[in-house]
Amino acid sequence: METILEMERITKKYGQFTANQEISFALREGEIHAIVGENGAGKTTLMRILYGMEQPTSGTIRIHGAEKRFANPAEAIDSGIGMVHQHFMLFPSRTIAENIVIGNEPRKSIWFDRKQAIAQVGALAERFRLPIAPGQKVGDCPLGTQQRVEILKVLYNGAKIIILDEPTAVLTPLEVKELLITLRGLAEQGKSIILITHKLHEVMEVADRITVLRNGRVTGQLEASQTTVEEVSRLMVGRELDGIRRETQQAGQPLLQVNRLFIRGKKGKPLLDHVSFHVRSGEIVGIAGISGNGQSELVQALTGLLPVDEGTVLLQGKEITNRSVKQIREAGLAHIPEDRYLWGTAKEASVKDNAIMGHHRLKEFQRGGILRQRKLDQLVTGWINSFAIKTSSLANKAQNLSGGNLQKVIVAREIGHATPFLLACEPTRGVDIGAMEFIHQQLMDKRNRGEAVLLVSSELSEIMTLSDRILVMFEGKVVGELNAETATEEQISLLMAGGKQP
Amino acid sequence: MEQLFDLSLLNSTVRMVTPILLAALGGSLCARVGIFNVALEGLVLVGAFGAILGNALTGNLFLAVLIAIGSVLLFSLLFAYITIHLRANEIVAGVALNFLAAGLTTFLLRTIFSVKGAYYDNEMHGLPAWDLPFLQQIPVLEQLFSGHTPLVWLAYLFVIGLHLFYFKSVAGSRLLAVGENPVAAQSIGLKVRKIQYAAILGCGLFCGLAGAQLSLGQVTMFSEGMTAGRGYIALVAMMLGQSNPVGMLASSLLFGFMDALSIRLQGLSIPTHFTLMLPYVMTVIAMFFFRDKSYLKNTGANSSAR
Repeated sequence: METILEMERITKKYGQFTANQEISFALREGEIHAIVGENGAGKTTLMRILYGMEQPTSGTIRIHGAEKRFANPAEAIDSGIGMVHQHFMLFPSRTIAENIVIGNEPRKSIWFDRKQAIAQVGALAERFRLPIAPGQKVGDCPLGTQQRVEILKVLYNGAKIIILDEPTAVLTPLEVKELLITLRGLAEQGKSIILITHKLHEVMEVADRITVLRNGRVTGQLEASQTTVEEVSRLMVGRELDGIRRETQQAGQPLLQVNRLFIRGKKGKPLLDHVSFHVRSGEIVGIAGISGNGQSELVQALTGLLPVDEGTVLLQGKEITNRSVKQIREAGLAHIPEDRYLWGTAKEASVKDNAIMGHHRLKEFQRGGILRQRKLDQLVTGWINSFAIKTSSLANKAQNLSGGNLQKVIVAREIGHATPFLLACEPTRGVDIGAMEFIHQQLMDKRNRGEAVLLVSSELSEIMTLSDRILVMFEGKVVGELNAETATEEQISLLMAGGKQP
Repeated sequence: MEQLFDLSLLNSTVRMVTPILLAALGGSLCARVGIFNVALEGLVLVGAFGAILGNALTGNLFLAVLIAIGSVLLFSLLFAYITIHLRANEIVAGVALNFLAAGLTTFLLRTIFSVKGAYYDNEMHGLPAWDLPFLQQIPVLEQLFSGHTPLVWLAYLFVIGLHLFYFKSVAGSRLLAVGENPVAAQSIGLKVRKIQYAAILGCGLFCGLAGAQLSLGQVTMFSEGMTAGRGYIALVAMMLGQSNPVGMLASSLLFGFMDALSIRLQGLSIPTHFTLMLPYVMTVIAMFFFRDKSYLKNTGANSSAR
């Protein structure tokens, strides 16, 4: 196979900080090349250089052997490089066709030829076997389809090299499978694909070769067929991962009891349809399901963010149905919210202010209604040390932290409440494996202490690693309960897609 | 009742609606690129003054309208620079420009024309009335559509023109894209700032025409603060019409009708203070029915990304 792209000895320095240190890598025609590394390893910087968004301090880029310099993305696009951003760059109120052709519209004099656009996009989609309806509004499409639109946009602009930045972060397991098949198909049609990710199972499934980055350096370049997840993760993290310590223990009394919870929906279809289950002390119960099947509503109902129409919730025997968030938390609930920016933190506030939320109510941190700042500083500094949170100071704004570090702040805060019950939603979304392992261990420790955890996650592997029991939700109902030790991925996937319990 | 509602009331509605409609159309250009332009009031006022000044200086109506447009473009450029380059809050900048316009026109009125309150000259001609021959053949329409200035006709043409621009042209499609998601627009290589500047200047053009119609079309004079809140009413008309040209025409007609009605009622021994309230009461009522549709919400959410 011919080499289409070479990046040679690329170095990028920001002042004293070196983001990329002499990184070299080559991309062959028709291959899928994964670039893996933890957050901050330099993957994104390297791709921004390739896409013309940053200029390298030193090093050269060659395409088909010819040296290139890209001053801006437009020049990179002209050289056949396309990027599918992690956060989609789409116009929700427009049709799929309009989103794809924008910037290069088919036209009749000054008029936008929408018919032609739909025809062209339809033909393009057929050629690359990416099923879409060109006339549909993007805002009405599921995220998996939106991503296909992004890929088609890149193809429409004639890309030969396609960069995908964390493409599976927002997708459901089924959509991930489809995406991986799509990528294979594109590679077979001669497109070269750079896949940036930290999800190693996906990498092993689809990539031909893997380049591993750590702290801005290449720590390994491997053939995917001749390596293992363990080897790659060791190169990524720089140490052996310990794995999660699970102690066998008998679950105790039911701590959380949910009885026939019902929330009416707008279109006659209930958001929650008589959901009943319980969580006992000393166990982790996982809720699996494709997002949008009532998990968010369930979480919001349990935490007091969404009123329920029927049913009851008991926490430690005390009724908390439709109580205020404060009352529910005082009854013994802590909550790691699913969206850390929307529910979990105040982006503009400092790390400290975010960390003490909720704790500020405690008597021990107050004196006559005034917060005891020094004591709070000690508390937060303690967490920063024990959770290894990377922040320049306590006063640093939360939005300046990387996603993984911010998530650690939230986890520290919620675990710090030391409540008998923890509701953890997507606790490791967008977090790299080092931090993920740490957070998992925190949840497991909580269980081992005889407290209860309800884990809601769209990441099936997370559910399977941590849970004692697994509940599957589909269309607002709990459609199955499985013992985690005997459950298989196939069983759960089937239930998630609406199949019956075997 | 017959005294109140007749064809001449509708005729004056068609006329009164013009400045509101033009300003609303201009405002929609800004709204469509994600900038909420509160300065419409000030822009129209500057246009009204520019038109009278141009007329007094040149005696040529065409040049007068051009001068009106030119002065509003300058003013718009200031607004564009403050909001786009200096990234100031557009509401604050808009309100400031409204005050600036009110003060500046009053000041210039006193220094250039040496009068207080209002300037008019019996020698001065206003915009001519154009009657479209084919309309004169039809009995009812003849009464409705006679005696209107070219700017009135132009305003209605702009409704169609802007509709085609927004929804049928390539440039319009890109302009809407900038308003909907500026970050995405930038990522596909659209020049977001350039398009925003163009939209604000386009708005200036419309407001200049609105001002000229106000001071040379409806009357032939300039008085301090003569816009009397029409810029704000245009803003409401814009929101009520969802920045959609046809929708804005409908909402502007409603406000124009109220404007005309309030003048008519003054002839019926109803205290002027009450009748003058009518368009504004209508505005408040309209706000009750106004639903913040998604596209305006989007522009609000994205304005910080600019």
